[in-house]
Amino acid sequence: MASANEIAAQEFSAVVASHRPQIFRFLLASTRDADLAETLTQECFLKAHVNWARFRGDSSTMTWLMRIAINLQKDHWRNRRIQFWRKASTNAVDLDEAGEWLPSGERSVEQKMMARERVAHVWRAVEDLSGRQKTVFLLRFVEEMELSEIAQATGLSEGTVKAHLSRGLAKVRAELGGKP
Amino acid sequence: MSLNPGNKGMTEEPVDFEAMDPVLKQSLSDFKASVHAWSDAMISRPRTVREVVVRRTWRLAGGVSLACALLAGGVSGGLYQHHQRQEQAKIAAARAAEQRRQLAAERARKEEDLLAKVDSDVSQEVPTALEPLAQLMSEDATK
Repeated sequence: MASANEIAAQEFSAVVASHRPQIFRFLLASTRDADLAETLTQECFLKAHVNWARFRGDSSTMTWLMRIAINLQKDHWRNRRIQFWRKASTNAVDLDEAGEWLPSGERSVEQKMMARERVAHVWRAVEDLSGRQKTVFLLRFVEEMELSEIAQATGLSEGTVKAHLSRGLAKVRAELGGKP
Repeated sequence: MSLNPGNKGMTEEPVDFEAMDPVLKQSLSDFKASVHAWSDAMISRPRTVREVVVRRTWRLAGGVSLACALLAGGVSGGLYQHHQRQEQAKIAAARAAEQRRQLAAERARKEEDLLAKVDSDVSQEVPTALEPLAQLMSEDATK
C-alpha cells in the first residue's frame, strides 16, 4: 500500500507533466530567453513542490503555478536591475527572431510571410507594454486564461486586468496601423 | 468610455476575442500560434549550458588569477624580506668590519706610539749608559 508521501509525490509528478509546457511557454514569451525560461520553470516547480502540502486548492493548480512563475519572473528582473553588469550576458533573442516561429501548416508562402509580419507587429507592441500589461496580455492571448484566472494569478482586480488588456490591445492595434 | 483616467483620449478596446475586428483577431491568433510553435520547439531541445560553462570558466579563471596573485604576493613578499635581511646583515657585517678595522688601527697607532716612546727613551739613555765606555776610549787615546 502506498504511503501518503508517495501519493503526494505521484500527484505532483502528474501536475508537473501536465502544466510544465504552459508555464515554460509563458516564461519564454515573457523573457524571450529559452535557457532562462527553463531555469525559471524549474524553480517554479521546485517552489511548488516545497509548498505543495500547503496548497489548499482555493484556485486551480494552473493559476497557483502561474502566480509562482510571475513572482519568480519579477524577482529575476529585480535582481537583474541590481546586478546591472550581468545585462550583457542575456540570451534573449531579438523580436524578429522570436517572430520567425510559425506552426507548420498548409499555408502558402505569401500567407506565411504575412503571418510573420503580423506576429512581428504584435511582438513590437508587446515589448512596448509595461511588465504588468505584458503579463496580463500574454496570459490572455497566449495562454487563453479567463479574466478571473488572470486576476487570481496576478493579484489584480478583474477591472484592472481589463484595463491592462484594453491598453495592450490599443497598442497592438496602433502597431498594426489601425487607430491609436 | 475610457478605462484609464490618466489617458482620456483612449477608447476602450473590446477584450473579448470574439468582439474584435478580423485583422486584430488574426494577428493575435498568429501571435499565439507563433509562441506555441516556438515553445514546443524549445521545450524539447537539448538544453545549452554555454552560459554556465562560460561563467564557470570565468569563475575558475578568476580563482586561478587570485591564487596566482596571492602566491606571487607571498613569494615576492618573502623574497623582499629575505633580501632586506641580507642587506641588513651586509650592513651590520660592514659596520662590524669597520669597527674592527678602527680598533686595529687604534691598537696599531698605540703600539707605534709606545715604540716611539721607548725608542725615544732609549735614545736619551744611551749617552749616559755609554759614558764609561766613552771614558775608557778617551783614556786609551791619551796613553
